[in-house]
Amino acid sequence: MPEADAPTRIEVSPPPGPPPRVGITRRSFLGLSAAAAAAMAVFGRTARAAIDRLPWIQRTDVVTTHSVCDMCPWRCGILVHSVDGRIVKIDGNPADPKSRGHLCARGQAGISFLEDPDRLRTPLIRTGERGEGRFREASWEEALDRIASGMLDIAERHGPEAIAFLGHTSGDTWFVEYLAQAWGSPNAAKPSSSLCTSPREEAALLTVGRAIGGHEPVDWEGVEAIALIGSHVGEDARNTLMQDFSSARARGAKVVVVDPRLSTAASKADLWLPIKPGTDTALLLAWMNVLITEGRYDAEYLDRYASGFDELAAHVADTTPEWAAPITDLDPGLIRESARMLGDRRPRSVVVPGRHVTWYGNDTQRMRAVYIVDALLGAWGREGGLYFNASPYLEPYPHPAFTVAGSAGGCSADPGAEESDELPAGPTGKHRADGVRETFLRGPTALQELVPPMITGDPYPITGLVAYGINLLHSIPDPERTREALRRLDLVVAIDVLPQDHIAWADVVLPEATYLERHDDLWAVGHKTPYIAMREPAIPPMYDTKPGWWIARELGLRLGLERWFRWETAEEYLDRRLISIGSSLDRMREEGGIAVQDGAPYLGDVDTPFPTPTGTIELVSTTLGEAGHAPLPRYEPIEEPPAGHYRLLYGRHPAHTFAKTQNTPVLHELFPENAVWLNATEAARLGFHQRQEVWLENQDGAVQGPVAVRTTERIRPDCVFMVHGYGHRAPGMTRADGRGASDTALQTRYVLDPICGGAGMRVNSVRIHTEAPA
Amino acid sequence: MTRYAMAVDVDRCLGCEACLVACSVENRLPLGSHRLRIRETATGAFPDVTVEFRVEQCFHCAEAPCVGVCPTGATFKTDDGIVLVDPDRCTGCKACVTACPYGMRYVHPRGYVDKCTFCEHRRGTGRDPACVETCPAGARVFGDLDDPDSPVSEAIAAADRVDVLFPNTDAEPSLFYLNARLVNTLAETAPATVTGGEHG
Repeated sequence: MPEADAPTRIEVSPPPGPPPRVGITRRSFLGLSAAAAAAMAVFGRTARAAIDRLPWIQRTDVVTTHSVCDMCPWRCGILVHSVDGRIVKIDGNPADPKSRGHLCARGQAGISFLEDPDRLRTPLIRTGERGEGRFREASWEEALDRIASGMLDIAERHGPEAIAFLGHTSGDTWFVEYLAQAWGSPNAAKPSSSLCTSPREEAALLTVGRAIGGHEPVDWEGVEAIALIGSHVGEDARNTLMQDFSSARARGAKVVVVDPRLSTAASKADLWLPIKPGTDTALLLAWMNVLITEGRYDAEYLDRYASGFDELAAHVADTTPEWAAPITDLDPGLIRESARMLGDRRPRSVVVPGRHVTWYGNDTQRMRAVYIVDALLGAWGREGGLYFNASPYLEPYPHPAFTVAGSAGGCSADPGAEESDELPAGPTGKHRADGVRETFLRGPTALQELVPPMITGDPYPITGLVAYGINLLHSIPDPERTREALRRLDLVVAIDVLPQDHIAWADVVLPEATYLERHDDLWAVGHKTPYIAMREPAIPPMYDTKPGWWIARELGLRLGLERWFRWETAEEYLDRRLISIGSSLDRMREEGGIAVQDGAPYLGDVDTPFPTPTGTIELVSTTLGEAGHAPLPRYEPIEEPPAGHYRLLYGRHPAHTFAKTQNTPVLHELFPENAVWLNATEAARLGFHQRQEVWLENQDGAVQGPVAVRTTERIRPDCVFMVHGYGHRAPGMTRADGRGASDTALQTRYVLDPICGGAGMRVNSVRIHTEAPA
Repeated sequence: MTRYAMAVDVDRCLGCEACLVACSVENRLPLGSHRLRIRETATGAFPDVTVEFRVEQCFHCAEAPCVGVCPTGATFKTDDGIVLVDPDRCTGCKACVTACPYGMRYVHPRGYVDKCTFCEHRRGTGRDPACVETCPAGARVFGDLDDPDSPVSEAIAAADRVDVLFPNTDAEPSLFYLNARLVNTLAETAPATVTGGEHG
């Protein structure tokens, strides 16, 4: 049985500095760079700070490891610097197309995540009731044996599809893809699909025949106008996006931001459209109306590449800014001006595909409207518009065929790896249990729809759950329903770094090594310049933790799946895959940890620019029309919140990711708890003062609080906003536990997108109380 | 002569706090201690609101008020314009903390006064200060103010507007704000100690 991988390192030296200004004789100064000596000369030989511990950057024994960040789902390439087996600094890898040498707050805080004393340290086996959080420590042998026997027992009684594999964060491929596929369960899912991006992916496939993929293909270098709808760059601190947004603005690109809240991005915009939540499609239809009636669209491009223009023109003939104004609560002049701002800069003009777009359940249609505007602008496949991302060539590790498809999609997915027309079925012939083609048309597995079968047994029982790196109670709406499922399951396995909220419900808890302590599979990133990135450990795993690949393999061997796990070490697996691109781990290390390939980003670079059923940009969707869905997006009002309620909106803080980083010491102290943003006039009317403690009660009586009010002029009076991921109920996370309020707990409802299976979560609303409701 | 200086393009800054964490890691600051802070300012009423983020750290003033008040000479100015504290000579008396018009000094748990050094320990390595290096928005520039071809001189020359904070103190700060809308219009009193970001 292989032990956890040993670190693999590359020696680097800091650049040479000037000669020392004074003679260095003390033994402790041996090995110091000239720069260090010069610095110390300033303070003298007894200087405390300089002598205690020399700045890492002045040392000659710094070891640098190429890796990929895991502090958010964006996956920046990083350089991890270590001295004496301790990580001292993490920098962006300049060779990486995403980080380009820079990192965000979270990426910089990786060491703090690693050294969080609250980490899971050893395997645990439950001794109390589910949810109580009482465990005993166990050996890996016992914990893995226990899981394997539980899984085999379930398979014997119900078939392999009775185990669901839910995973998030960057090691999830081992569990929701490789292990789940070898095991034979089609019920594998990532929250990054149906709880985040699947509407934009399905809408793109329907409209232009291409997925958006992990990296939104905006050709930022040449863009002259962009529109962001709900995307809050700067608070959504994806590194590359912040770089591109800032550079484009500095170059003079115009920015339109549509958001009920004056986000950071909106504060930088040329035009801010403070739209009434849920009415974006009306705005998009009005933009189409202006672009078409004023002739500010790319007629030649549409003639050549698109179908259905005449029907579209008729469809939007009456959706004028004046029509949209009372719906959106926007000034019609502002609607017209923003449409012109975009139209006049075509084709270097883009309505940016958002990322988290599961809002109201009609999201695939709204995203279709976004992409139709982009088509009118002539942006698809054009310089300064939306490039075609391509997946790099890379073969899988040779293994016997899988009987089921993996969990496709998600923000880290390869855009080439979307689902086929064939519904994946397990070896027993059963299809996914999430309702595809019964309650929704198509798309990757709808994670939240796997919860009801755990409770009802319909369409068939799911009695086991392997949860990897996903906080089940902070990512899936209706957490009470999730708890009910967790009570009923026969086997709950949690693999994680931290004792997150759902850990208390697990039968067996496996402590994973962090991204800084482990290998993972290669990243084949679909991009303008497709590339392959690798992660290698900078230090060995701390405590009794193990890497995900090792855990997946050890389980596989115990489950009779050894045919799929012929490799013994991560290095062996990675080296074998790299042969297909004529590389190796050694060569990757020498070449900066990144292997970049040529892309085919523009119309002239590809034979079939728009691989839809008609081979055109389908302004009118043939697939949707045939399936009985609206072939052109329409504005359909969503349900208004009850009187006295505010629509509950949620989003990001730049120093935090999901429910993952709130306990990370250096990030915790930057933003220890969230607040509820409330329009200042509303606050004055209700008599709330800044930072007053309040309780939030949603339309179904779910309560969160106390939480502070942030009274602000930066939000509309009909909604409130919270940073997602707070309100942990996880005693083992000593900093985050009990701090702030959970938006997920207030999402007792969602609306299922009938096209892609996405869960629209902005259909909840809250009342604000000054005392805890009875 | 060399006079090191920094410029922050306020129009580019997204307030993301990457600089703040990079500084803490690079300089091994203990939890609760920060050399940088980010101030979020909003003016106006919905929907006509202006928001701006302003990063603040030691301004390395040419006429630094902190230097003269130090009774032990622990606070001093280098030949290339950087204000430093020698922790061995510092008694933690806080005279400099009081004297700093910007509230950018704090007492380190080890008992000496600490603050931004422009990552002075990086000078010989050819690398920018950690905050400049990591900034995803490209808002920060560092270099020699006396060299017209340095990045900082070029950025200042190209800016539509250049501000220093509280110019009436005559301290001649070496941190410049570029392309701001609000930065110098406010008369708020700087807090006494450095703290974390405020937004969210």
